[in-house]
Amino acid sequence: MDSANVISRVDQQEGVLPMIRTGTVVGLMLWTSLSIAESNTDATQSTEALLVQSCAACHGPEGQGVANFPRLAGLGERYLLAQLDAFASGKRDNAIMKPLVVNLSHSQKQALAEHFSALPVKPAQNSSGGSAINDAGRNLALHGRWDEGIPACVQCHGPDGSGIGEDFPPLAGQPARYLQDQLEAWRSGKRSGDPMGLMEQVAKSLDGDDLAPVADYFASLPSKKGADHE
Amino acid sequence: MNRIAIIVIVACAFMAGIAWEAGVFLAGDRTDYRAESEAMATAPAELDPQSPSDSNDTAGKDGAETDAGPPPRSAIPDGPFGEMVRKGEQIFADPGQYASTYVGNDLSCGNCHLDNGRYDKTAPMRSAWPMYPAYRSKNEHVNDFAERLQGCFMYSMNGKAPPRGGQVIQALEAYSYWLSQGTRTGVELETRGFPEIADPEQSPAYERGEAVFKDNCAFCHGADGQGLAAGDGSIGFPPLWGPRSYNWGAGMHQIDKAARFIKAAMPLSKPDLTVQEAWDVALYINSQERPQDPRFNGSIQETADTFHQHQYSQYGKTVNGKLLGENSPPAGTVP
Repeated sequence: MDSANVISRVDQQEGVLPMIRTGTVVGLMLWTSLSIAESNTDATQSTEALLVQSCAACHGPEGQGVANFPRLAGLGERYLLAQLDAFASGKRDNAIMKPLVVNLSHSQKQALAEHFSALPVKPAQNSSGGSAINDAGRNLALHGRWDEGIPACVQCHGPDGSGIGEDFPPLAGQPARYLQDQLEAWRSGKRSGDPMGLMEQVAKSLDGDDLAPVADYFASLPSKKGADHE
Repeated sequence: MNRIAIIVIVACAFMAGIAWEAGVFLAGDRTDYRAESEAMATAPAELDPQSPSDSNDTAGKDGAETDAGPPPRSAIPDGPFGEMVRKGEQIFADPGQYASTYVGNDLSCGNCHLDNGRYDKTAPMRSAWPMYPAYRSKNEHVNDFAERLQGCFMYSMNGKAPPRGGQVIQALEAYSYWLSQGTRTGVELETRGFPEIADPEQSPAYERGEAVFKDNCAFCHGADGQGLAAGDGSIGFPPLWGPRSYNWGAGMHQIDKAARFIKAAMPLSKPDLTVQEAWDVALYINSQERPQDPRFNGSIQETADTFHQHQYSQYGKTVNGKLLGENSPPAGTVP
């Protein structure tokens, strides 16, 4: 928990320096964990437990999200797995996550996705969630801007940002900074490869001024359980 | 001699009539669906030289009626009228919740009329309201807007007609009227109905449509076309067939109408299917079983002959060895 708190204080802008710093810390932790696990004879299960702990260092002990680190609990399993793959392949270009996942096996990634997807949703710890309900963000979230062909966010992310199915993640209650960073990443090409390119298309249609208000809006909503899946 | 001449003339006229009909059919003129799915606009078309209804190549976006579009949401007034308008938008967005007594499936008005009936490429309310009352061949009489709305509930919503003068109809009328500010009664806007689509190069094919569906639609609507639930348990993406979708009497079950909608709006945010793909997938979707036509009289053949005698309906046809309509869930299943 001490190291988690240290990391949670690191500014989470997608800037290079903090990411390298955090990446190093977390990477070392994971490396240590893996080394211990490998020396352990009854392999798989304890490896996975340690991997989960590594995630928990930043995402909270129950995956509820901490500060600007997003919630994982209750997100679609398929979505989580796809993100781990994207971090590893670089389609989701993230200096913190890449070293953490690049050496994971498919079954390890699968186990992590399964684990966090099954966790119940609780309020995030120290969430920096935007408290300002603002009309601009709300209008874009609920109604889109159809005269420019931009659908409402909730059309794919669910009413109140609760997510749809396994692939459309909930936005409600995620950190505002995180949400805004993601929109910026879609726009700049640092995040790509989403199914059918739908999100990339939407993000690139937005104006720069849209990002902060809409991120604030969803951050201000209470998080809810993702869609039930067997 | 005279009798023979008359017979010859009548026969020629008869043959000419058949040839003309056949020509219309082969040329793909969609008089039939237009007549069935929307009120015919003959009178306004005569008055308005820019009307798109006579030609499919001059009906561009620069028609005479430059439309300012609907007023912004923020302009809904305070007071009882504004409340009724807001109520109408609520129903429009979520009839299953706000008009549940009359809704028998998991669809909403806003599923097809995007942006709650404001988006100009998906048959906005603004372009419908000024065109009623109008004759509809679908029920062979003049319908006012209230009756047109009732039809939406019976067919597209697979439910039952809300009563005239009741709050559901009044609210939807208030909302449509408010959206239509600045339009002229009886003057057709370019945005009426779904945008025209070119004829497909090849006849729509089920197998190609299935492939288009898998690649472009299944991600949101599910591999089985049954839609996806949202995290809060509400309907995330609507079902496209099956017991919770539109029934065999709905306009959307017509392949041409579905193709036009799909070409204009799907996939959401990135409507980039080709004309051929839109037609193929429209055929595929509308070759699946769905709730029975409410006008079903017990015989699929008779119902098909009476209401589905046009090339754009698959009702009563056999696809993959199954007679469509035979295994339909009941129509009008309301809570």
